Amino acid sequence: MTTMREVPALAAARKLKLPRTAERTLANGLTVIAARRPAVPLVELRLRVPFARTNVARGMVLAETMLSGTSELSNVELSSELQRIGGGLTAAVDPDRLLVGGNSLSSGLGRLLELLGLVLSDATYPAGEVSAERERLADQVRVAKTQPAYLAREALNHRMYGRHPYARQTAEPEQLAAVRPGALRTLHAERVHPAGATLILVGDVPPGKALDAAEAALSTWNGGGKSVELPAVPPIEPGPLTLADRPGSVQSSLRMGLGAVGRTHPDHSALQLANLVYGGYFSSRLVENIREAKGYTYSPRSSIEHSAAGSSVVVSADVATEVTAPALVETWYELGRLVSTPVGADELEQARQYGVGTLQLSLATQSGLAGLMSSLSGSGLRLDWLTGHAERMASASVEAVTEVAERYFAPANAATVVLGDASVIEPSLTRLFPVTRAESGHGE
Amino acid sequence: MRIPTTSYPVEQYTLANGLRVVLAPDRSAPVVAVAVIYDVGIRSEPEGRTGFAHLFEHLMFQGSENLEKLAHFRYVQGSGGTFNGSTHLDYTDYYQFLPSNALERALFLEADRMRRPKITEENLRNQIDVVSEEIRVNVLNRPYGGFPWLRLPPVMFDTFPNAHDGYGSFVDLNAATVADAEDFFTTFYAASNATLALAGDFDVAEAQALVERHFGDVPARPGPVRPSFAEPDLSAERRDSYVDERAPLPAFASAWRVPDPIGDFSAYLPYVVLAEVLTDGDSSRLVERLVLKDRAVTGIGGYVGFMGEPFEVRDPTAMLLSAHLPPGGRIDDVLGTVDEELARLATDGLVPGELDGIKARIVAQLLRDLDPVLGRALRMGTIAQQRGDAALTNDLPRLIGEVSEESIVAAAASLRPSRRATVEVVPGGAA
Repeated sequence: MTTMREVPALAAARKLKLPRTAERTLANGLTVIAARRPAVPLVELRLRVPFARTNVARGMVLAETMLSGTSELSNVELSSELQRIGGGLTAAVDPDRLLVGGNSLSSGLGRLLELLGLVLSDATYPAGEVSAERERLADQVRVAKTQPAYLAREALNHRMYGRHPYARQTAEPEQLAAVRPGALRTLHAERVHPAGATLILVGDVPPGKALDAAEAALSTWNGGGKSVELPAVPPIEPGPLTLADRPGSVQSSLRMGLGAVGRTHPDHSALQLANLVYGGYFSSRLVENIREAKGYTYSPRSSIEHSAAGSSVVVSADVATEVTAPALVETWYELGRLVSTPVGADELEQARQYGVGTLQLSLATQSGLAGLMSSLSGSGLRLDWLTGHAERMASASVEAVTEVAERYFAPANAATVVLGDASVIEPSLTRLFPVTRAESGHGE
Repeated sequence: MRIPTTSYPVEQYTLANGLRVVLAPDRSAPVVAVAVIYDVGIRSEPEGRTGFAHLFEHLMFQGSENLEKLAHFRYVQGSGGTFNGSTHLDYTDYYQFLPSNALERALFLEADRMRRPKITEENLRNQIDVVSEEIRVNVLNRPYGGFPWLRLPPVMFDTFPNAHDGYGSFVDLNAATVADAEDFFTTFYAASNATLALAGDFDVAEAQALVERHFGDVPARPGPVRPSFAEPDLSAERRDSYVDERAPLPAFASAWRVPDPIGDFSAYLPYVVLAEVLTDGDSSRLVERLVLKDRAVTGIGGYVGFMGEPFEVRDPTAMLLSAHLPPGGRIDDVLGTVDEELARLATDGLVPGELDGIKARIVAQLLRDLDPVLGRALRMGTIAQQRGDAALTNDLPRLIGEVSEESIVAAAASLRPSRRATVEVVPGGAA
């Protein structure tokens, strides 16, 4: 017989160590924030430009073609200029903002910013490139519309957001194919401006030098443009379960949405702990129940999502068709248990360690740090906010977390969507909840 | 252009039980990565047990000599860390990424399951269910599931180790027994068949002592002799197709065999560069021609290794091109254009500046992989296991820089249709 061995205790924790940063707001309104992480001779760039209330199809094609040429450089020339510095740029849109991401060798930062500046001030949206890219984008959306993850999310957004612009985040293929270059030039001229925009630079460059390089390259970016804000998201209307039919589906995609609060709200840190306890990491009630005990699913989870006009908790699990009803019962039960009985002291301690410890991990790569700084800036926050957040997580009591859980995780307040083969799963679901079918366009 | 490089310090040695150890200290952030890489992958699983290497990876998380089910997850995450494992053609890795005050705990957890995972009938059945859902979500319930990594090998290869489905059939998975798992562990999970790699915030001498304390008494047993999985190159073109009921658009992937990545690295590297010359960005050969000019494909990618990891794969392997076509697109036309562009490259060579830009991009990507200490531990550990020296990790940028134009041109000339295997996806879905 071997004797039992003891799991080693943790050594003393190191304090949260923030990287050195510098910040400057340029005369045209662009805020630039730089942080140093010199582990590899590279630099990461993230630019967020406010972009609320833009036409969805035009916004998508704009992001896809913004890098298709300037009056000086064709798309192929721009691509090879970026390659020479080991770099790349990509653009994407969401209902709040236009996001440009990029990176290069750190020796190429000045050139990377110059190329970015050219694109921001002088993207030409050439007709040939636009017509090719809008077709490609339409084809990509056709493929996405066969993906259960996409369809389930589309149906959930519709349920959560009603008439709010967040309800429809992707355009139809026909709408994309109809976008004209002139409309893109107009949209760019109206909305791609530095006022309210934030540029993050992270890498093997002294922060002061990174700010100087940004100022040199981007101070001529036109500061005009208008500020547009979205109304706050409406409260979720729970209502019946929405069933979206996907004939022949071999799994059902369960999704539940709940209202939440942003990073600056006093409940936020406790909310994050409550979410971890529920389904926010592997050692959570949801994963231990429907994956590790019952084997219904591979990757169940819940996560907190922050957007400019509101925050939410989204629960998701893709389960075998034949266990759709029992998996939904357990997912609902775990929400109900969280709001009916106090959180356990041990499970809270474990969630607390995870919440605080993984902050260290998120600061330890260039791209992770850049992404974190960028999303914090979206809430008007800086890295130093993490220090207080870590302290609030470290000190949140069982009572406080239990109370916050009751406030945000009540299944009575959830919008629920199931995407799957309705002919198989509808009878069992209707025995559990009132069920309505998704409107057409939100299934397949 | 100057090719930048890295000079991460690395200590390497072997314990008495045969465990290879790689230590790469970096005190710039208070985090550490611990990886254990076992020299067994999909190619080694027995016939009739497709998917077993991956299923076994799941079982390694279900409890161990001193730990009950769920304990591994709770100890890692309750230390502020994250964990995972993944199964590849030639290896299986297990890893934690944690605040550095949890280093000793992570070493304990890995040593405990290297001594013996706790495999019960109940946990085996549970994980067969979980893996079945993983296959449904990643392969069966979506368009282009398993394309091309599960779809192309059976066209290109003839022997079971290289050709079979690494995710496994439901029949084989459901036939798996606890005894199979015990055999698999005994054969392939010996300390002498594993590499332990640490990267991040630790003192080398202290880490050595901790490694000895936790792994030193893992019993020694002989590791397996790795068989050759070699197959002859193709002598005639191969084509196959299948209907994907969920897919709205046609797609295809082609592959050509490349030189032995381990035994003939200098002949292999030009293919790694060539894949990028052909498909990296709007200025690459095939994107410019097929996507932007001809609009014959909606996207095209090129890479070496069926799982896209050119520095973590052994022979036999291949260079792949994978493309999606617009509705009604003709694959034969696209393949004809690919041949034309390869011939143009083989005849006219590269244009000035083309190669420098491609190399800068490859090197930047290599460096980006190494920025996280977890990426560093995994790459160094795998390179140590397959190539005998983790320090080669620091040399990769220089070796990429030394790839000559002549060797890339010769590589392009070798991608003849007669050496090509192609699989086509026929869309059955509503477009």
